[in-house]
Amino acid sequence: MTEQMTGAQSLIRSLEHVGVDVVFGIPGGAILPAYDPLYDSVKVRHILMRHEQGAGHAAEGYAYATGRPGVCMATSGPGATNLVTPLADAHMDSVPMVAITGQVATSLIGTDGFQEADICGITMPITKHNFLVREAADIPRTIAEAFHIASTGRPGPVLVDIAKDALQAAVEFSWPQRLELPGYRPVTKPHGKQVREAARMIAEARRPVLYVGGGVLKARAAQELRVLAELTGLPVVTTLMARGAFPDSHHQHLGMPGMHGTVAAVGALQRADLIVALGARFDDRVTGRLDSFAPDAKIVHADIDPAEISKNRHADVPIVGDCREVIADLVVAVRNDQAAGRQGDYAAWWSQLNRLRNDYPLGYEDPGDGSLAPQYVIKRLGEIVGPEAAYAAGVGQHQMWAAQFIDYENPGTFLNSGGAGTMGFAVPAALGAKVGSPDQTVWAIDGDGCFQMTNQELATCAVEGIPIKVAVINNGNLGMVRQWQTLFYEGRYSNTNLHTAPAQGSEKVRIPDFVRLAEAYGCVGLRCERVEDVDATIEKAMAVDDAPVVVDFTVNHDAMVWPMVGPGISNDDIQYARDMAPDWDNEE
Amino acid sequence: MSLHTLSVLVEDTPGVLARASALFSRRGFNIHSLTVGPTEYEGLSRMTIVVNCDRHPLEQVTKQLNKLVNVIKIVEMDADASVRRELLLVKVKADAASRSHVLETAELFRAHVVDVSPDVVVIEATGKPEKLEALIRNLEPFGIKELVKSGLVALGRGPRSITDRSLRAIERTA
Repeated sequence: MTEQMTGAQSLIRSLEHVGVDVVFGIPGGAILPAYDPLYDSVKVRHILMRHEQGAGHAAEGYAYATGRPGVCMATSGPGATNLVTPLADAHMDSVPMVAITGQVATSLIGTDGFQEADICGITMPITKHNFLVREAADIPRTIAEAFHIASTGRPGPVLVDIAKDALQAAVEFSWPQRLELPGYRPVTKPHGKQVREAARMIAEARRPVLYVGGGVLKARAAQELRVLAELTGLPVVTTLMARGAFPDSHHQHLGMPGMHGTVAAVGALQRADLIVALGARFDDRVTGRLDSFAPDAKIVHADIDPAEISKNRHADVPIVGDCREVIADLVVAVRNDQAAGRQGDYAAWWSQLNRLRNDYPLGYEDPGDGSLAPQYVIKRLGEIVGPEAAYAAGVGQHQMWAAQFIDYENPGTFLNSGGAGTMGFAVPAALGAKVGSPDQTVWAIDGDGCFQMTNQELATCAVEGIPIKVAVINNGNLGMVRQWQTLFYEGRYSNTNLHTAPAQGSEKVRIPDFVRLAEAYGCVGLRCERVEDVDATIEKAMAVDDAPVVVDFTVNHDAMVWPMVGPGISNDDIQYARDMAPDWDNEE
Repeated sequence: MSLHTLSVLVEDTPGVLARASALFSRRGFNIHSLTVGPTEYEGLSRMTIVVNCDRHPLEQVTKQLNKLVNVIKIVEMDADASVRRELLLVKVKADAASRSHVLETAELFRAHVVDVSPDVVVIEATGKPEKLEALIRNLEPFGIKELVKSGLVALGRGPRSITDRSLRAIERTA
């Protein structure tokens, strides 16, 4: 069946056919033809953002909440280049996303025309793939291919750049489209022999650990993971990207590994004789100094991306496949081994780990001067709001505390920028998550630095009726940078004071005043500065359901994130508090 | 220096060369030479990339290259199991006194003179990189004005071709 229409109409029809229900974007010259038929679409809702970066992160938030590719749209030149940060972010964290940008007309391409930028050239290293469409006839097939690439294999961002004259030209539209991707064949089914070998190693190991990464969430394999963990009795660590993949309340869960991980999780990896890595990539923030990472461990590494296997750490048993299929097959193989009487004995290992867990729990000190401990605020937020809500963090201290002090029980409830470390992620990502999952409570946990990078999207929330809640953990500083200045630059606080909170013991200046800023944006603004007000303020914010809420939690600025593995040093040298090293071998 | 030769079958689409070369530079893989040209099938190009794998294992190079959507197949060309050739054009000083020696040297390497002017000749030679290096060394005393090399191309020995199986795969997806 074919139908006459413009390239722009064929674009919107294609988006409808692939199941897009929301597009986050901003119109402009080159993309204008697409916005006209978009105006008529009853299937696709367009949410007008205030900055293209916000559109990109909102698309990511939508993808986290729904598991489907998020879609953002922008015009050529600066509209497109403003998408660079969210594209890079989605690329690092494997977030399925399709970005559609207008390009100048084909006759102007290459002439430095008005608002021309080579966005395909610019985004080549930060997209899974990108397309420049010059012909109207290619639009439907390219859209179908873009969504296929973004959502299969290792997910990632795909950019489709469409020349303005291709949007304007007349074309015959037909659907479905045949994909022409001869070089794209992701392997999802794991190799049976490798899986059986992994099962054998699990049975023979004395000190095994399941090292769970974001791939488990991307593969929607949380259920399978729980079965595997309980069947084998292995300790589990979940990386920053995998928080929520395994319930924090589960007794086999040792918490998050890495630079700010728990002593038990870091210690388990360091002392392991077998690491079963599932959808994880041995990132430097997890391994610390690579050459001293888990020196005695054999590695089973399962990932859908073969290039991740043996990239940083040699895998003794490589398994290429979708984590859900890998784990399901591994469960069968382990059951077979157990039926044949082959089962590991990890009692001694567990007693070692339990001692670490009991001796070095996550904790923090009360500031003691009447100011609020940021960790306390975040802990109470998690306890009062509960594990059904979604939490989107920015990047920095508040992000680490949100990873540490909120108990995640469900997959998809913690959204953050892990690989790229993009400040400003939280507010637009929370917006996108709320649009994708409107019945869920969505909190952005943001820092005062991050918040000022993308808080213009509060206007989008207010106008479009997207009632997110924002907890600004306001210490008046770029807190994580300040922490490094405290630890590594003799407390020389070069350019980290943002003046968003009154400096302790000085005049009461707040620039900007976040409560008044929130109100200016049509949101409810609240402030909390005292321990005794924390619960009541959170409950007050929870009681608002018809408007976005911003809470300025003004907190102590000296609080630091612990434990910490310093940059470039071995995980063995983790400190659980400043200058306090755990005693690894205390045998009581 | 550890050199490996990769034959890379790619879709003949705009930007495919940029994607491959950008990937090499971003990942810190060192390209020794890169050639690209059409194949026996329309729509498919073949790159021959000689890569220096001192810092990264070859496996990581091929895996990253394989992730490019336009890359269809990668085969490593072992020196023993492939024919490897390079083309050299070299402009050598050759006046009345030295010309006969220059021509004699070219002859020894089965090279041809393809352009002659009063004081210089242009010599064309094909062969393995080692042979061309030897030719250049022998011409150097006469004075080399300029030279250009095509970069290595390689083809596996025996009846099999790298396009066979990958084309069947393409037909399946089409």
